[in-house]
Amino acid sequence: MSADRKHARTDCRPILSIRGLSIAFSRRHVETEVVKNVSLDVWPGEIVGIIGESGSGKTLTALSALRMLPKRARITSGGIRLGETELLALSESEMRALRGDRMAFIPQDAMQSLNPTMRIGRQVGEPLELHRGFSLALAKEAAIRLMEAVHIHDAYSRASNFAHQFSGGMQQRAMIAMGLALDPELIIADEPTTALDVTVQAQVLKLIKEIRDQKQTAVMFITHDLGVVAQLCDWVYVMQHGIVVESSAVADIFTKPKDDYTRMLLAATPSLQGPPKARSTA
Amino acid sequence: MRTTLRQLDWRRWRLVITGCAIIGTIVFSAILAPLVAPYSPYDLNVVTMLQGPSATHWLGTDELGRDTLSRTIYAARISMEVAFIAAGLGLFFGTLIGGIAAYFGGWVDLVLMRFMELLFSFPAILLAVVLMASLGTSIFNAMIAIGIVFIPGFSRLARAATEVVLREQYVEAARAIGMNHARILLREILPNILAPLLVEAAIAFSYAILLESALSFLGLGAQPPEPSWGNMLNTGRGFMSQAPWLSIVPGMAIFLCVLGFNFIGDGLRDVLDPHMKD
Repeated sequence: MSADRKHARTDCRPILSIRGLSIAFSRRHVETEVVKNVSLDVWPGEIVGIIGESGSGKTLTALSALRMLPKRARITSGGIRLGETELLALSESEMRALRGDRMAFIPQDAMQSLNPTMRIGRQVGEPLELHRGFSLALAKEAAIRLMEAVHIHDAYSRASNFAHQFSGGMQQRAMIAMGLALDPELIIADEPTTALDVTVQAQVLKLIKEIRDQKQTAVMFITHDLGVVAQLCDWVYVMQHGIVVESSAVADIFTKPKDDYTRMLLAATPSLQGPPKARSTA
Repeated sequence: MRTTLRQLDWRRWRLVITGCAIIGTIVFSAILAPLVAPYSPYDLNVVTMLQGPSATHWLGTDELGRDTLSRTIYAARISMEVAFIAAGLGLFFGTLIGGIAAYFGGWVDLVLMRFMELLFSFPAILLAVVLMASLGTSIFNAMIAIGIVFIPGFSRLARAATEVVLREQYVEAARAIGMNHARILLREILPNILAPLLVEAAIAFSYAILLESALSFLGLGAQPPEPSWGNMLNTGRGFMSQAPWLSIVPGMAIFLCVLGFNFIGDGLRDVLDPHMKD
């Protein structure tokens, strides 16, 4: 499948490779499989979209790469490799050393994801304190540079603000700056623009693209928005009921969708050329 | 910060400020007792015993001729020490236990909280008396005993607050950058549960003063001739009809102190309430 990815050179290997991943939720000793036999790859410098409706298992798939599944969820089979590392074989403390260092997570709701009692600058520089043993002063300096890199104006004075003094777009930029702190190989973004209005959303998407272009960072982008996929992604996986129903280049998915569900998603997208087309009965 | 200082909202802060003024006065006169008190709290004078308030002894003298005002001022030292140390002990260990119980959950939670409930099931004064009996009678042990009495209350509050904060996404985000348990507890959770705990601490101060008075009244706290409000009340009880000031003066001191701390506690609760923030 990866062979037909045009930019994927033969001499390079995927950053993230998920093989046959199944995740089950247990409830009163009954296990329900919510992610079934999912395989996907993210190559260096590639932005991969995972699209699907709520409950399709896209977020669980992403969280499993960080090994941060909710308590009731359990990986029943499969493997997840980050570069050469098999993540499912690592201990919790080894895993902790990877999080924020080799891979970064950008959450959906930045406001809720920033500690309300800690200054933004301190939070942005925190991965450096944690993983590289930076002193407070050095981490703060680095945080200001990171905030400048994600186009937060007047970063020097903004660093001493608290989260509630930031606008939604700025909060998300701060979260991205935090994610970039240690130059991760992989960024996992869980609907990072859903809570933002359209103009701010466009700026944040542009920023993510810019980061990819500059640093060749791989991005796994979870969304339910086909428009975002069209703007941002190179490759897309469509998920439904815990199964990957389609995997293709972004250009192809709009011109020649293979799966009925994909066609349905496309038909449900409002267009400027009149009312949405009638949904095909899958 | 400059603007908040300048526009300090008197209406919002009035309880805290009034409380701080009362407690500040008491703390200062306790620290400066040798300068403030007109007489030594220990000097006996049989000639002047059980005298009512007068120009020489503003609040009268006790059965051994000691100046009541001076003894009340010196007694504030013990009461304040007990209040701060006992409430501090309760706050520290209660927060630690409650935070850990909520964070790790499962059997850790079960064991810690059942133990707390065991402590909670005794009436406070009984528990303090039992602890004093096993620790031995001294003012230092009284502080520890009262502190232990406070631990279950603080731990329950800390546990409930931690459970709420644990559901916040910033705790999840902290895990996502590779933070370990100790750091998450200290940096992400503690600052966000502190507000209700500080309010509780202010209430605990006043309760500690009452408990210390009760223990001293029972002869388990400060030992004569060391003055404490509790043991002054105890001696005053025997002279209620001849010298009512012996009970009224330390009683008023306890009342003022508890009032001050309650003002601070109530005021802080209103000020720290996020719904009242602008």
